[in-house]
Amino acid sequence: MKRFLGFVKKEFLHIFRDYRTLIIIFGIPAAQILIFGFVVRTDIKDAGVAVLDLSGDEITQRLTNKIFSSGFFVNNGNLLNYNDIDATFKKGNTKAIYVFEENFGSNLYREGKASMSIITDGSEPNVATLITNYTTAIVNDFNRELNNDAVNSVLLIQPEVKMFYNPKLESHFMFVPGVITLILILICALMTSVTITREKEFGTMEVLLVSPLKPLQIILGKVTPYFLLSFINIILILILSWLVFGLPIKGSVVLLLFESMLYILMSLSLGILISILSKTMQQAIFISFLGLMLPTILLSGFIFPIENMPKVYDVVSKIVPPSYFITIIKGIMIKGIGITFVWKQTLVIFFMTLLFIGLSVSKFKVRLQ
Amino acid sequence: MTGDTVISVKDLVKKFGNFTANDNLNFEVFEGEIFGFLGANGAGKTTAIRILSGLSRPTSGRATVAGFDAGTQPEKIKKNIGYMCQKFSLYEDLTVRENIMLYGGIYGMKLPALKERIHQLLNKLRFEEYENRIISDLPLGLRQKLAFAIAVLHEPRIVFLDEPTGGVDPITRRQFWEMIYETASMNITVFVTTHYMDEAEYCDRVSIMSEGKIVALDTPAELKRQYNAESVEEVFVKIARPPNPPKSGLKPEPDTTGMI
Repeated sequence: MKRFLGFVKKEFLHIFRDYRTLIIIFGIPAAQILIFGFVVRTDIKDAGVAVLDLSGDEITQRLTNKIFSSGFFVNNGNLLNYNDIDATFKKGNTKAIYVFEENFGSNLYREGKASMSIITDGSEPNVATLITNYTTAIVNDFNRELNNDAVNSVLLIQPEVKMFYNPKLESHFMFVPGVITLILILICALMTSVTITREKEFGTMEVLLVSPLKPLQIILGKVTPYFLLSFINIILILILSWLVFGLPIKGSVVLLLFESMLYILMSLSLGILISILSKTMQQAIFISFLGLMLPTILLSGFIFPIENMPKVYDVVSKIVPPSYFITIIKGIMIKGIGITFVWKQTLVIFFMTLLFIGLSVSKFKVRLQ
Repeated sequence: MTGDTVISVKDLVKKFGNFTANDNLNFEVFEGEIFGFLGANGAGKTTAIRILSGLSRPTSGRATVAGFDAGTQPEKIKKNIGYMCQKFSLYEDLTVRENIMLYGGIYGMKLPALKERIHQLLNKLRFEEYENRIISDLPLGLRQKLAFAIAVLHEPRIVFLDEPTGGVDPITRRQFWEMIYETASMNITVFVTTHYMDEAEYCDRVSIMSEGKIVALDTPAELKRQYNAESVEEVFVKIARPPNPPKSGLKPEPDTTGMI
């Protein structure tokens, strides 16, 4: 045991002495949380919109004023006809154009309904969706005002769109589970595989194997510091998101930490497997990046909306371990669900861990012969 | 020079598939001896050292190291040997002291004894000023000397040195061999492989391997007499190089760098 502790201490020294390792472990998670929280804002402010008002009556004027006074949009001018739409979008600073049909106001009063189009610039799908949602919310609000004004309280615009977007609640949250998933894979799998292959490359592994340390002790000694640091890291990420963005954890914190530990174990065993399969650090980094980092970034959905991806992706996500963890952690943090809803994913991660450990042990024995 | 037998190898065979890396080895090494283990690359030296240091098991035959069987008690062997390999084996980002503490701890040395030993060692090597410097700041010669000192830190019965002086300047090599002599005088057996034939002359006895077999084993003087040669180098060239190059390409020794 004393042997083992001395070895673990040495591993901590490696980590704390190399500022690059420290940056990867603690700097990157903090930076990612702050960048995704502040820079990649998923709520909008001062988005450029233009108006094509074919009716030009009092109602359209009131609605337009209401939209621009909301503070979310900037008026990029009025168009005269449909042909201007394409040219306006091509200038680039206009993200959406509102089109009011002819006789908007009289249609509304006479027939109880009028139509308004929101044409968005689809080349930025996230922004487009946001603008649509915000505008719809404002129009709904306007509807209510009109109904209150009207003496006989008739419902004026028929398709009532529910406001399903809540900028203050959901927008910051979606990326936090993604960042946690990514960071854990990064620290556990990538760093473990690199640190073990480094010993192989430098020849120190040979010396360790000849020493009275058992191979299992060597492996455990190498991964223990990463296990502890990853766990601390999760807690730090959660605290940071809570302090800066006021992110609550709707579900059980204990369950969340338990699931995280399981996922850390899985990532560590994957890292060990990678280190056994690769001979050099470069190889280990390559496998970790291609095999783990990219799928995690793609899967977490905090950069690319999953709905927009082809069907093949479904199949891929079934094989890649992080996808299960993302489902679990999103469920617990955002929806507040319990173990009864995520036990399947938990089992999958558990069996994957066993599989990776089993593969590592069998490969390891072959090498030792 | 005939103390107790510390290494005893009988009919040792190690096969990898159809390839026989060690073909019926037989030899003994005695306590306090400096035993030179020579052979061309691929002759099977590394395979034999790996078996003797408990890293791999013999296919057949028997090897006893420090009284323990290499096939069944490798863990016991590991506690009684030191090892220094051709690659540099210290941690470059740790200080001299941290490296010594680490290996001392791994070999189960008690803290007071370990501290005392560190003090002695630094003093002897005139390393005091380097105690808290990280290894990558030290010149190669110093590192090699330190690596050797660490390999015998726990006073093992046998120390295995696998090409310890590769890439080291002549003066450091000389100092290195002084350390080896000193170690042998402490009754620690030194089992050393080398490609420098002048170093072979310093050994008490020398074995020469070729194609998995030991083809010669005696004192350097006796070998030179038998083969009517001026130097061990001449002996080596006469016997280690097969007269007919093998027809099918000689299979290299199994890769040992990819372990774990």
